[in-house]
Amino acid sequence: MRKVMLTGNYAIAYAVKLCKPDVIAAYPITPQTSIVEKLAEFVEKGELKAKYVRVESEHSAMATVIGAAATGARTFTATSSQGLLYMHEGLWMAAGARLPIVMAVVTRAIFPPWSIWTDHSDLLDQRDTGWIINMAEDNQEAFDSIIMAYKIAETVNLPVIVGIDAFIVSHTLAPVKVLEDDVVNQFIPKKERFSYVLDIKEPVTMGNIVLPDYYMEFRYLIEESMKKAKDVIKEVVREFYKISGRNYQGLVEQYKCSNADVVIVVMGALAGDAKECIDQLREQGYNVGVLKLRFIRPFPSEEVRELLSSKKAIVVIDRDVSFGKGGIIYDEIISELYKCEKKPPVRGYIAGLGGREVSVNDIKRMILETYNDLENGKPICECKWYGVKYEVIR
Amino acid sequence: MGISIKSLPKDEIIYPGNASCPGCPSALGLKLLGKALGKNIILVVPASCTSVIQGIFPKSAIKVPLINVIFASAAAVASGISAALEAKGVKDVHVVCWCGDGGTVDIGLQALSGAAERNDNIIYVCYDNEAYMNTGIQRSGATPYGAWTTTTIMGKKEHKKNVPFIMMMHGVPYVATASIGYPLDFIMKLRKAAKIRGFKYIHLLAPCPVGWRFPPSKTIEVGRLAVLTGMWPLFEVEYGHFRLTGPSRQLLDKNKRKPIIDYLRIQGRFKHLTKEDIKKLEQYVDDMWDYIKRLIKVQREEKSSSIGATESSSSR
Repeated sequence: MRKVMLTGNYAIAYAVKLCKPDVIAAYPITPQTSIVEKLAEFVEKGELKAKYVRVESEHSAMATVIGAAATGARTFTATSSQGLLYMHEGLWMAAGARLPIVMAVVTRAIFPPWSIWTDHSDLLDQRDTGWIINMAEDNQEAFDSIIMAYKIAETVNLPVIVGIDAFIVSHTLAPVKVLEDDVVNQFIPKKERFSYVLDIKEPVTMGNIVLPDYYMEFRYLIEESMKKAKDVIKEVVREFYKISGRNYQGLVEQYKCSNADVVIVVMGALAGDAKECIDQLREQGYNVGVLKLRFIRPFPSEEVRELLSSKKAIVVIDRDVSFGKGGIIYDEIISELYKCEKKPPVRGYIAGLGGREVSVNDIKRMILETYNDLENGKPICECKWYGVKYEVIR
Repeated sequence: MGISIKSLPKDEIIYPGNASCPGCPSALGLKLLGKALGKNIILVVPASCTSVIQGIFPKSAIKVPLINVIFASAAAVASGISAALEAKGVKDVHVVCWCGDGGTVDIGLQALSGAAERNDNIIYVCYDNEAYMNTGIQRSGATPYGAWTTTTIMGKKEHKKNVPFIMMMHGVPYVATASIGYPLDFIMKLRKAAKIRGFKYIHLLAPCPVGWRFPPSKTIEVGRLAVLTGMWPLFEVEYGHFRLTGPSRQLLDKNKRKPIIDYLRIQGRFKHLTKEDIKKLEQYVDDMWDYIKRLIKVQREEKSSSIGATESSSSR
């Protein structure tokens, strides 16, 4: 397997090239731009035989891949932040129309004020749309996740987002093991035809009015496919291991969780720092582990319950916020653990918004503070803001 | 072009007994679309009256593949369909946007402009009933000055946005206006558009009995009066060449145009107009025709000064 130095964005572009989409539509936005620039280059050089539609907005980027996917084409687009919010209604349409679109999202903070750095609020704003949402930790996982995404999407007929963190992953060079063309071709062979498409030989009307007597069934079918996606993801991860030797475990990746007292839950690039932190803490005698959420939708409910319910405490880092409620992942974890007989206390930290650095030491502080509070009998179940400069805002 | 009604196919792409209102110009327009182009059509329909006309799931009144799309996205979805057909090597299928004026001149204008600028291979038809009729007659950018709507109960204060001219300035291979009152002219334009590769735009005036306040039996009559009074000039712009069509060819001379009051007085939406309002509308019509006159003049001068220029030199 060839090893190439690639940024996270280029890792995605090279993976997309191997997946051979028929139609790409995209609109530039920092920090996603270099993905679609690279793809445009592939197309113009003739290395990738795709129709590339250079649209005038993200709203139209999503609309164009919707049209193409509805005609049976394999499609790709990518965006960030405002662009993702601008295409939001299109995301609902893509999922509702059961179109297996794959989109890369380079997570970026939301305006105002302007910020181009990483923040997961844009990604998590899409969590109810019916898209499968996958977040990669590093360049290699970004590359691999794109290839797996097509297989997942085309199996369950739902669109898939593959997310990476702005700059930390998108613009950072790292060695990436690149799969061979024929290996990918065999892994994701193109379907002769999706289950229903716009085809003059078999005319269908897509999306006309339904009265209240049918709407719920359409929604239920999406939920059913989301549930099915859990097994499909696990199966795809197993199959991918066979062709790549890389084991992504499933909807979550656990790192030293089994014998841990305290587990820290993270998503995206932070997982790397969290693992490093846990190794250091273990040397100091703390029994800690990391649970990396690879998928937010479908939510890894079973894994979360199974892996976390017996712990002394859970720490969740949210690189996002739902104003008036707190960390989004924090709430999702708590709501899942509520179903367990044994309910560990959960501490949340909102940290790293707008690209503020969250270092190994920061993560260490969060974990040690939680340990301290445990020992001193202080309440744990609280979602705190970490690292806010109160002196600046008072 | 030698199209006669007798020569048109009997088969239609829309079933009778659909959910359109009596006298609906959109349902009639869809019939004509099918008669013009046959069944090798994929229809793209944003939120509009046609969302309702096609009927309720699990049934459909439309015999060709149709995708309903989010309001602002019709042209972009069509671009995607067109790109996918090309990628799959499918030929001889026309991707047709069938959009109301709201979906075209207002919320859909950006996607429309983008697809036109890219010269994507689409036939875009705007059936213009001059207001948001599906939501119950609210003003749009295509509503004419003075017209009553439920959001301009004293009459609209602004003139109609001239989107055919905006599309003409995009330099696309084909732009045309049509009126439901002149079906053969519309069919001729659809067939012409179908032969051209690239972006084609046809703006169909679609008088709406419900929203314009006239009896359902008068849709054609109102559509004709719009043309004969000069309110709605019929023209086509083929590779940059502007040409009046149908009855509009005779109307450069103001004296040959019927007084616009003939058009206004049969519609309830204009019944409150004052003399000043009517003057303002007359002025608007005169200005539009003056512009057309100048356009034709400039075109003639350019033609005589650049003998040998080919058709394709004016296209992109």
